[in-house]
Amino acid sequence: MTYDETTLAQLTEDAAAIIARYPVKRSALLPMLHLVQSVDGFVSPDGIQFCAEQLDLTAAEVSAVATFYTQYKRRPNGEYQVGVCTNTLCAVMGGDRIWDELSEHVGVGHDETTEDGKITLERLECNAACDYAPVMMVNWEFFDNQTPESAKQVVDDLLAGKDVAPSRGPAKVACFKDVSRVLAGFEDGRADEDQGAGAATLAGLEVAKSQGWTEASK
Amino acid sequence: MTELVPVLSATWGAEKSWSLDTYTEAGGYAPLKKALGMAPGDIIQAVKDSGLRGRGGAGFPTGMKWGFLPPDDGLPRYLVVNADESEPGTCKDIPTMMSAPHQLIEGVAITSFAIGCNHAFIYLRGEVVHVYRRLLQAVREAYEAGHLGTNIHGSGFDLDVTVHAGAGAYICGEETALLDSLEGRRGQPRLKPPFPAVAGLYARPTVVNNVESVASVPAIVDKGVEWFTAMGTERSKGMGLFSLSGHVTRPGQYEAPLGITLRELLEMTGGIREGHELKFWTPGGSSTPIFTQDHLDTPLDYESVGAAGSMLGTRALQLFDETTCVVRAVTRWTEFYKHESCGKCTPCREGTYWLTQILKRIEAGRGTEADIQQLLDTCDSIAGRSFCALGDGATSSIISSVKLFREEYEAHVTAGGCPFDHAASALFAYSDTPATEEAHA
Ligand SMILES: Cc1cc2nc3c(=O)[nH]c(=O)nc-3n(C[C@H](O)[C@H](O)[C@H](O)COP(=O)(O)O)c2cc1C
Ligand code: SF4
Ligand code: FES
Repeated sequence: MTYDETTLAQLTEDAAAIIARYPVKRSALLPMLHLVQSVDGFVSPDGIQFCAEQLDLTAAEVSAVATFYTQYKRRPNGEYQVGVCTNTLCAVMGGDRIWDELSEHVGVGHDETTEDGKITLERLECNAACDYAPVMMVNWEFFDNQTPESAKQVVDDLLAGKDVAPSRGPAKVACFKDVSRVLAGFEDGRADEDQGAGAATLAGLEVAKSQGWTEASK
Repeated sequence: MTELVPVLSATWGAEKSWSLDTYTEAGGYAPLKKALGMAPGDIIQAVKDSGLRGRGGAGFPTGMKWGFLPPDDGLPRYLVVNADESEPGTCKDIPTMMSAPHQLIEGVAITSFAIGCNHAFIYLRGEVVHVYRRLLQAVREAYEAGHLGTNIHGSGFDLDVTVHAGAGAYICGEETALLDSLEGRRGQPRLKPPFPAVAGLYARPTVVNNVESVASVPAIVDKGVEWFTAMGTERSKGMGLFSLSGHVTRPGQYEAPLGITLRELLEMTGGIREGHELKFWTPGGSSTPIFTQDHLDTPLDYESVGAAGSMLGTRALQLFDETTCVVRAVTRWTEFYKHESCGKCTPCREGTYWLTQILKRIEAGRGTEADIQQLLDTCDSIAGRSFCALGDGATSSIISSVKLFREEYEAHVTAGGCPFDHAASALFAYSDTPATEEAHA
């Protein structure tokens, strides 16, 4: 492993905190792989070795798990993971077109990263936001009701080094490594940031209110 | 006219709806205190009597599932909440946890007390980071307020809750694959029996329940069995979130008694988008056979949807209007199943590959009449022959769409291409260019 002393000490401390959450050590593997991505920006050979040592597994066992899951990247990922949902519903509502225009605009294809290391594009499967179709995710934050123009604007802003805000979520999108640290189960103090629940989330509630239907009225 | 019944969704519009303060002000955690004063067996009985059925898709009676746990042997038993929500069309658990995470945490506490679990897990799909932030914070708040931890509210009951993020794999929603994943392995389904109730997480008795099932428990404890059974139909009790997406004027979450119809729901959503009409829809996600206008009045409960040839599933109603090519829709779903097949069994691994090949050929206008039969034959060798329900689900939209829209498959063959203008289906204006197909292939 080529981690310097400070990095290794921090990783070891974090790994211990993760392992302590579970009755059986091996359960810590998925969050630890997110942790590795928070340091290296992908599941690096060093990271695999580190997980293996911490959990008494072989590197092959760790690799076999890492390659099963799409969120674990085998190559250095862009600072921003930009995903367009092209599962059926989003695709039909315009996701296919958004993907085409965005991919052409950025000049990279699926699972490819721009030369400056800023952006990795990805075609996503359903991200559980179908009522906001077409959907785009940037570092796993929701960008709802997209058009080709809105999607390109987000990417242009990212390339220009500007902050971008999701439709639902925190005040700004954090970088891939910071988000990976949250996914390893470490709070970043941003849970209270909010962009509103979203019109579709509240759609039924609004109807019920306007009709005077409350569960208590029964 | 059936009315909506906001129960889980009641507080979603409130200021800082996700905070402990907001939840407590709305009466939250009073049900937990009530439950801690009850005998665990009485809670299980109440959930049995309520008729609550699993909201994760299969509709298995929740109280009965809890009752399957073997008697306490003094060793650990676990509750694992399935928050993987990845079935295409399904988008109810994510808003629940984003807007009211305490609803779930309180359900976890009550359920754990009822089944004698001291360490519960919430397995959240990894691709929703803000939801994870909210859950982590909610759990911390609940510990600080004494709703979790040791000797909860002086009851002597201890509970730890771990919120765990997955890493992108639909199959991890299947309960046994989820358990393998939670144990730090590749998420592949296990052979059943033994069922998780007997040998689940770490080979210990385990209850796996969906987010919405667990989040429904506090209200049942609080308001009582009669209140719950007054909603719904004969064998499908209570309320549920109906998620409407697609070509509908106001898509979103509509919480209603089971048994409401799509016709009624459409009245509330402002109908299908203006100037268009409904063509086909899924009642319960992409793994459930599609419906058409003929099913507008089918009560959306487990029995009626089943009798009409589909499944209530997760109440994920994806609606498509007449501009939509059914072959395109089905092809894309099938590519999803191929991508997500875990590879453990041959019928699904190979079958979804061949289905995708045939469908892409047909969609591109390079198919033959014989291909349509080949599709059905291939489905035959997957459905009922796969190791888990993913394989069955992969065939649902194919079999049902060929039955309902065979002429549309034939039109692709005879026309040598797709007769639809894909741009007409989009929610924004653009002119279609052939590049679309190439870019996808
Ligand atoms: C391929 C596949 C994916 C599934 N995905 C989910 C899911 O994301 N969430 C869920 O609650 N159940 C999912 N299920 C159903 C679970 O296996 C299980 O039945 C459910 O979690 C039980 O909870 P319930 O009884 O409360 O519904 C899936 C099943 C299959 C076969
Ligand atoms: S049916 Fe598919 S997903 Fe299920 S075990 Fe077989 S290969 Fe895996
Ligand atoms: S299909 Fe795109 S979020 Fe569900």
